[in-house]
Amino acid sequence: MSKPADPGITNMSETQPLSDSHSDAAEPAVKLSCKHVWKVFGKDVQSLFTADGHFDQMALDGGEYISAVSDASFDVYEGEIFVIMGLSGSGKSTLLRCMTRLIEPSAGEIFFESQDLMKASESELIDLRRHKMGMVFQHFALLPNRTVLGNVALPLEVQGISRGLREQRALEVIELVGLDGRERYYPRELSGGQQQRVGIARSLAAEPDVWFLDEPFSALDPLIRREMQDEFMRLQNVLHKSIIFITHDFEEAIRLADRIAIMKDGAIIQIGTPEQLVLNPATDYVEEFTQGIPRAKVLSVEALMRDVDDDEFSGVVQAGAAIETQLDMILNADRGAVFAVHNEHAETIGALTREVVVDLLATTPRKS
Amino acid sequence: MNAVVPVMKPATLTVNRWLLLWTGMIVFTLLLMFARESLPWAFKYPRAWQLPLAGWISDFMKWLINSFDLGLFTFKDFTRWVAWMVEQPYRLVRSMLSTGFLSGVGSDAVLVFPRVSWVALLAGVMLLGHYAKDWKLAALVGACFAYLVVFGQWDSAMVTLSSIIIAVPIGIVGGMSLGILGHRSTLFRQFLIPILDLMQTVPVFAYLVPVLLLFGFSPVSAMIATIIYALPPMVRVTLLALEQISSEIVEAGAMAGCSRRQLLWKVQLPSAKRSLMVGVNQVVMLSLNMVIIASMIGAGGLGYDVLTALRRLKIGEGVEAGVAITLLAIALDRLSQAYANRSPPMHSLQNQSVWVRHPHALLFAGIVGLTWLIGIYVPAMNTYPESWQVTTGSFWGDLVRYININFFDALESVKNFLLLNIMVPFKRFLISLPWIAVVAMVGLGGWQLGGWRLGLLTASLTSFIAIVGLWTKAMVTLYLCGLSVIIACLIGIPIGILAARNNRVHRIVSVVIDTLQTLPSFVYLMPVVMLFRVGDFAAMLAVIAYAITPIIRYTDHGIRQVSADLIEASRQAGCTRGQLLRKVQIPLALPHIMLGVNQTIMMALSMLVITALVGTRELGQEVYIALTKADTGRGIIAGVCVAFIAIIADRMIGAWASKRKREYGLE
Repeated sequence: MSKPADPGITNMSETQPLSDSHSDAAEPAVKLSCKHVWKVFGKDVQSLFTADGHFDQMALDGGEYISAVSDASFDVYEGEIFVIMGLSGSGKSTLLRCMTRLIEPSAGEIFFESQDLMKASESELIDLRRHKMGMVFQHFALLPNRTVLGNVALPLEVQGISRGLREQRALEVIELVGLDGRERYYPRELSGGQQQRVGIARSLAAEPDVWFLDEPFSALDPLIRREMQDEFMRLQNVLHKSIIFITHDFEEAIRLADRIAIMKDGAIIQIGTPEQLVLNPATDYVEEFTQGIPRAKVLSVEALMRDVDDDEFSGVVQAGAAIETQLDMILNADRGAVFAVHNEHAETIGALTREVVVDLLATTPRKS
Repeated sequence: MNAVVPVMKPATLTVNRWLLLWTGMIVFTLLLMFARESLPWAFKYPRAWQLPLAGWISDFMKWLINSFDLGLFTFKDFTRWVAWMVEQPYRLVRSMLSTGFLSGVGSDAVLVFPRVSWVALLAGVMLLGHYAKDWKLAALVGACFAYLVVFGQWDSAMVTLSSIIIAVPIGIVGGMSLGILGHRSTLFRQFLIPILDLMQTVPVFAYLVPVLLLFGFSPVSAMIATIIYALPPMVRVTLLALEQISSEIVEAGAMAGCSRRQLLWKVQLPSAKRSLMVGVNQVVMLSLNMVIIASMIGAGGLGYDVLTALRRLKIGEGVEAGVAITLLAIALDRLSQAYANRSPPMHSLQNQSVWVRHPHALLFAGIVGLTWLIGIYVPAMNTYPESWQVTTGSFWGDLVRYININFFDALESVKNFLLLNIMVPFKRFLISLPWIAVVAMVGLGGWQLGGWRLGLLTASLTSFIAIVGLWTKAMVTLYLCGLSVIIACLIGIPIGILAARNNRVHRIVSVVIDTLQTLPSFVYLMPVVMLFRVGDFAAMLAVIAYAITPIIRYTDHGIRQVSADLIEASRQAGCTRGQLLRKVQIPLALPHIMLGVNQTIMMALSMLVITALVGTRELGQEVYIALTKADTGRGIIAGVCVAFIAIIADRMIGAWASKRKREYGLE
């Protein structure tokens, strides 16, 4: 698999080299790559872009055009959950649809594995969607005239798979999402959460490589939303798909993401792990989102440790663990206690003081 | 103070501009009126300036039929081939329902296989009613069909039903195909919409002649005219239904990997089914509305019965056949509506045997077989015996005679009073106006309501009427239509307000309007002719009765849709019920009410053409004369003039209503 040279850092977030979160020598393969993707609405949009990839910023600012996505570049790695987070109108759904070419991008390049999506013909695109892509929609988008089974089997049906085979496969996926016994129900006979399970089952029926989820849980009640997020994580632990997940809910992004891209007014303003966003927000805008997030949940031990200059430790904590998971032990220790931080090979790579953790819990996130 | 002045100035200026223009217009008209003697051309459009468009169209038609050669075959061959294609399924259905399968022609024909028994068909429609909704509907449609049997209308009704059964699916498929094409291609849509506008406003009579010339005098021509008439709403409904599908569902289909065809058949059409069924209902109703008119170019059946009865003034027969059409319309309307609103099956119904899943179809098949067997021995099974039939023909005749003997003077004096004091003066006034001033006024009105483009459109459409030399007839149309609409509004708006404020009235009014709307337009002519004989007054009453439904419905709906918050707020502010109505509900409902007025105008115009049969002298008469003389051009030109009047009214009212809605932020 060819990996584009530019490791998917946007122009705005150069302060945070991506390698931080992928420090291992063997970098995972890039599954999907967007390079300078634009979506501009207006008359004669193509005149904005010249052949060599440059564009006419003056004309764009003239007021004749509306840019829904401006110059978005990033990579999505195999097996990761890549969350695109932004408020309504930030262009995140448009960006997602550009990646599947449900919406035709105005300019830029999109690579799916090594295939240039922008050059894909209608039939190649249909083929890709049939075998490699699955998508879940905010309002479920189920066909009201089909049963659960009929909805889930649709992607297999349009491939021309025989009835027996596709229904057998559909039943497996329905069982996977926990709807077994409901396969003969019609969508209107199901609750919102169950309907979205059908949507998820449908998107997984054809065993896609890349899974697109467009605000899948936004239309659900908070309690159900939480349950569905857990369900989603359970599925991902089994399936290991490459995921692009859209949300407007920063907390959801923090809960689910390996990496998050924050969008505002069509542009990606920062890409990073949840930890990086909380520790080093690139702009005030990003920082505002991080304000309400309990840091102990997001930060790992590694982020708070200092160099080793003690030799006596009250205990051992794992470098990769979230602070929250270690709270009981740390807070129950004596004042002034120091813990050894171990990496996965049980080597001591740093020290964590109780004081730092208490500070983290006591102070509200700092304002810069 | 200084800050206020610049704000105020432009506002007063614009008001003054329109006031000035309208004053100028009136002065100009008055001056013209005084100079009548010296400027005759401004009053009567000179014959020498007329454009012989009608002649050109007739010549083109002649060329099309006689000399147009497509190479392998002529155009006439082509139309005959189309007619043949439509005729085959029609014959099959007619044999099944009405004549039975015959061998041989004319009086020598021998019955090979009998038609479906009336008992079986009666049972069939009742089962359909139960399948679509419940036993109540089954009883209703059963009663409607029972009337056909008992009153001896069965044979004619089955001929009519056969042509409906063939015309409706063709109309639906054709309309849907055009709608789908229009949905896919913006270019095609832009081409389609104005044609639909014209098709829906040109009176039917106008295209009866070309259809007659192309396809001959036969049931097939009648069906083709019916299809042309019933198709446009299906196209519109399809366009709208496809547009309204949530974009997510279409995207889900695309992401599942549907090709364009799969997307259409597996995703778009199934999810638009409910909206599409509205169009199906429209096609059924419009086809039934055409039954009588279509019988002028060869459709037999109930329409022919009504028409002959009307021509011979056999009131009783006409009423019975008219009621038969109405009942057929009510039955088919309720059936198709119930089917459209039928809730889809529940999961519990699956995996059951055929007997449980399709009881209706199986039962029907059983009854058909059984009645056929019995029919071999008992002829009454196939043909309801004449001796069992009932007729009310003499009753209707007696009733009319009774009314005429006892109330003639009263009715006559009302009629004469209105004719002499309102109708005739109004008509004279309109005819006396100089055409050039009317064109200018319509243009100015369009300009004020919708900008200069609309002004240009309305002015040029109006001058078209003058140019083709139909000005006086158009003014008579305007007078009859205008008066009818005004009276319909004077009656309809208060009823609508009442219905909006009182739920019981609302329920009663709804039932009455629903029934009125299922009546074919011709049916309205019968009672008014019975009571007032022919003439403008009878025509006006028929037009009012036919066109009053939308204004009631829109007023009721418009007032009901005023937001509940607003009403609570107004009551909290201390409005009495009267104040609430005057200050809140009516102003806010006004754009909606105006759309009702618009609909009323459209319906009045379409009815007006039909009233030509009872002797009005307006554009409708022109179309009707063209029909009897088979003069294509004359009919089409007069029809297009009617359509232009409709389009002018529609665009101007539409512009006003959308302007208002924008101001209120309702759009």
